[in-house]
Amino acid sequence: MSTDTIVRLPDQSTARLPKVNFITKENGLLSWLLTGDHKRIATLYLISITFFFAIGGALAGLIRLELLTPQSDLMAADTYNKVFSMHGIIMVFLFLVPSIPATLGNFLMPLMIGAKDLALPKINLLSWYLYVIAGCMILYSMMTGGVDTGWTFTVPLSTHYVNTNVITTGLAIFVAGFSSVFTGLNFIVTIHKMRAPGMTWFRLPLFVWSNYAASILMVLGTPVLAITLVLVVLERAFGIGVFDPAKGGDPILFQHLFWFYSHPAVYIMILPGMGVISEVISTFSRKRVFGYTAVAFSSVAIAVFAFFVWEHHMFIMGVSNYSTLVFSLLTMLVAVPSAIKIFNWSFTLYKGSITFETPMLYSFGFMGLFTTGGLTGVFLASTGTDIHLTETYFIVAHFHFVMVGGMLMAFLSGIHFWWPKWTGRMYPEKISQLAALITFIGFNLTFFPQFILGMLGMPRRYAAYPPEFQVLNVFSTAGATILGIGYLLPILYLTWSLKYGEIAGDNPWQATGLEWQIQSPPLTENFPEIPIVDYEAYDYEWLERKEKEVTRVG
Amino acid sequence: MSAHNDPHAMQPHGGTGHDHGPNEQDVHDSLNHVVSPVIYITVAAILLVMTAVTAAVSFVDLGTFNAVVALFIACFKASIVVLFFMHVKYSSKLTKLTLFSGLFLFCVLIALTLSDYTTRAWGRW
Amino acid sequence: MEQQVDTTSFAMWLFLVTEIMFFGGLFCSYLIFRNWYYPAFVAASHQLSIKEGTANTAVLIVSSFTMAMGVWCAETRRKGALVLCLCLTFVLGLVFLGIKYDEYHEKYEKHHVPSWHYSTKSFTDPASDPEVHNAYPDDKPLPLDMARHTEVYFGLYFAMTGMHALHMIIGISILGFMIFRARAGAYTNGHVTFVNNFGLYWHFVDIVWIFLYPLLYLISRHA
Repeated sequence: MSTDTIVRLPDQSTARLPKVNFITKENGLLSWLLTGDHKRIATLYLISITFFFAIGGALAGLIRLELLTPQSDLMAADTYNKVFSMHGIIMVFLFLVPSIPATLGNFLMPLMIGAKDLALPKINLLSWYLYVIAGCMILYSMMTGGVDTGWTFTVPLSTHYVNTNVITTGLAIFVAGFSSVFTGLNFIVTIHKMRAPGMTWFRLPLFVWSNYAASILMVLGTPVLAITLVLVVLERAFGIGVFDPAKGGDPILFQHLFWFYSHPAVYIMILPGMGVISEVISTFSRKRVFGYTAVAFSSVAIAVFAFFVWEHHMFIMGVSNYSTLVFSLLTMLVAVPSAIKIFNWSFTLYKGSITFETPMLYSFGFMGLFTTGGLTGVFLASTGTDIHLTETYFIVAHFHFVMVGGMLMAFLSGIHFWWPKWTGRMYPEKISQLAALITFIGFNLTFFPQFILGMLGMPRRYAAYPPEFQVLNVFSTAGATILGIGYLLPILYLTWSLKYGEIAGDNPWQATGLEWQIQSPPLTENFPEIPIVDYEAYDYEWLERKEKEVTRVG
Repeated sequence: MSAHNDPHAMQPHGGTGHDHGPNEQDVHDSLNHVVSPVIYITVAAILLVMTAVTAAVSFVDLGTFNAVVALFIACFKASIVVLFFMHVKYSSKLTKLTLFSGLFLFCVLIALTLSDYTTRAWGRW
Repeated sequence: MEQQVDTTSFAMWLFLVTEIMFFGGLFCSYLIFRNWYYPAFVAASHQLSIKEGTANTAVLIVSSFTMAMGVWCAETRRKGALVLCLCLTFVLGLVFLGIKYDEYHEKYEKHHVPSWHYSTKSFTDPASDPEVHNAYPDDKPLPLDMARHTEVYFGLYFAMTGMHALHMIIGISILGFMIFRARAGAYTNGHVTFVNNFGLYWHFVDIVWIFLYPLLYLISRHA
């Protein structure tokens, strides 16, 4: 590892956290629970999301433990169904969908565009409360028996054949959906209406563009999930017949409506992560992002195309063969903007001055793992191979590569990158680099064998499997243990750093971007005076000139 | 959110550079254009008439065109509500774009879902 | 100030776009099943009272008019007229709900509420339902499987009109609050945004009904 680092911290013997910042401004529980400050709401979200991530992670641990042996011996098959369903529901709706937008997005969006807050602070707070309510409903549902339909609530299983808490969970996700809609709505309005003077669209950091694209998906896609869940609840409670073949209903209609949201949902999850990667790669190669316009437009293109491809989740379900042709082609097209971004990041790295701090390590992990996951998506986009691979562990590996290897790594990259800005303190570098490495190794060991398992034909969502698959499953579980350690470490050392971390100062990374020009942690009103922007994004020359102008004091 | 305190320092249309004092009017999301009640009365009258028309037409046998005519009239009624009651005719491009994107996506949902349903019975592979 | 107006108006439009997609799922479902079970949909729609449906449409159109006038009153600072317009909109909303309740009650009595002692008798044996049979004497009895599909029609009927009615109830509640505030002069001193944005919501709910009406009531009323 290179000992080069771009970190510039203030003199630790004299440095102090700023006395007045958004954390110290007001005290008391109510000042946090009734806040309109986007930074406080982001902090509330960070705590709640971590809590639900831990629960979802524990459920994952249970899954892997069960799959150590071919028999369904740790838990009954029905229980196993509940465990993987709750794992999916919590991870998708309570962790992945809100993760970066609600935490980093909420915190950074106004800072990056030069505003004092989001456009609708009360709606922002409402978003958080809706999230918490949804979380409580899901916890209640879990404690009173859970659901065992899978996170996808396939009908008519969920409407007619199980006696688990489908209605409660469905309504909980309905509420979580509105939390998501309001966050996205807030972002779109803020970005359109509250940019600082001089901050034109093409001077925005790419993190803002990515979140904007994700917000479009949130606003337009989530309502369809909402109505789908309403129909499931009505079907289950009142037997309206839309999904019941006995009454003439069509289960595939549910699939169409469900996946119409759930496919864009995966882009809601990944786009903000891509935004983080743009910021981190630029900072740690000391170079502006290659092809800014291409990356910005790719984000929007992904958002638009995301709505045209949902049927690729339904190739084997009895849809018309002709429609599979159409959707297969469209799915191939949607891979293109993502690939463009990977190329652009690679070209950003080329001839840059690269250093290997923790955020950069996670970003490298992202680039490799997301690319792998994305490429395996192409096998799944092609109808012929999808017929063999779908509903096997190949799919499980595919989406874990992009979601965990991609999104979760991007989330950790972003948390580490902006931790000094958020808390005023640096995380401990050595242990965090170790944790990043452990995560990467653990991840590959967990999920790569699953590609092979899928190809060999092991079905997903089964508690028991043929004994010839055991070796690979054991590898996978071993990897999961390592991965668990890799995720536990940040929770521990980041908490530790709140008290004992080094004081970070305004701009420890010497990054461009408005958020790095203010104190860490920021003031409640963000900027002492409204910034006027007359330079492009990622303008490292501007930063150099500025550093030379002002003498830093303490 | 006190960004509007100093109207001369803040430019709401970030970056386009035009400046206007607090009393100058600019057509934003239609709030500066007061639509006259005469237009409202006309639109309401048209809506009521078209309702009667659509009800009457449903009693006439036009075969498949019944649905076409009914939906056409409904779309027309919706359009005049959107344009005049909701002031979209006098609104900014952003409002029009937002509305259009929602309608476009609705059409995508219908069209692509139908691409499955209408082709299910085609041939046998 | 302008920026604040722009912002909340834009936010309301975005919210309305989410509502378009929300109802969009229901319209998509309706479209599929109407295509599949057209005879069932025709027969079932004859069970709805065209008088009440048309009356409701007219009620909502007039309420949209009074709401638009309310916005104009707020913009031109006519407090008394604004309160009157809002009250009229409120009352018309309640009239709509009243008529809807009457229709729902009738459906309940005729056992046309899905899974609630649902009965296909009116469709397999039209003569057993004299009220509708006299209006549509040429309606043939449906075969049993097609008659069962009428339950899907009514399922969608209740889902769509129910969701619409829920939006009406929310709107009427907010109207009640607004009448209070309007009497205190809150909207006639230049701050018209709330009234304007609520107006957008109310017109949207009207538009949903403008589509529900022909799709549910006017499928085919000819001989």
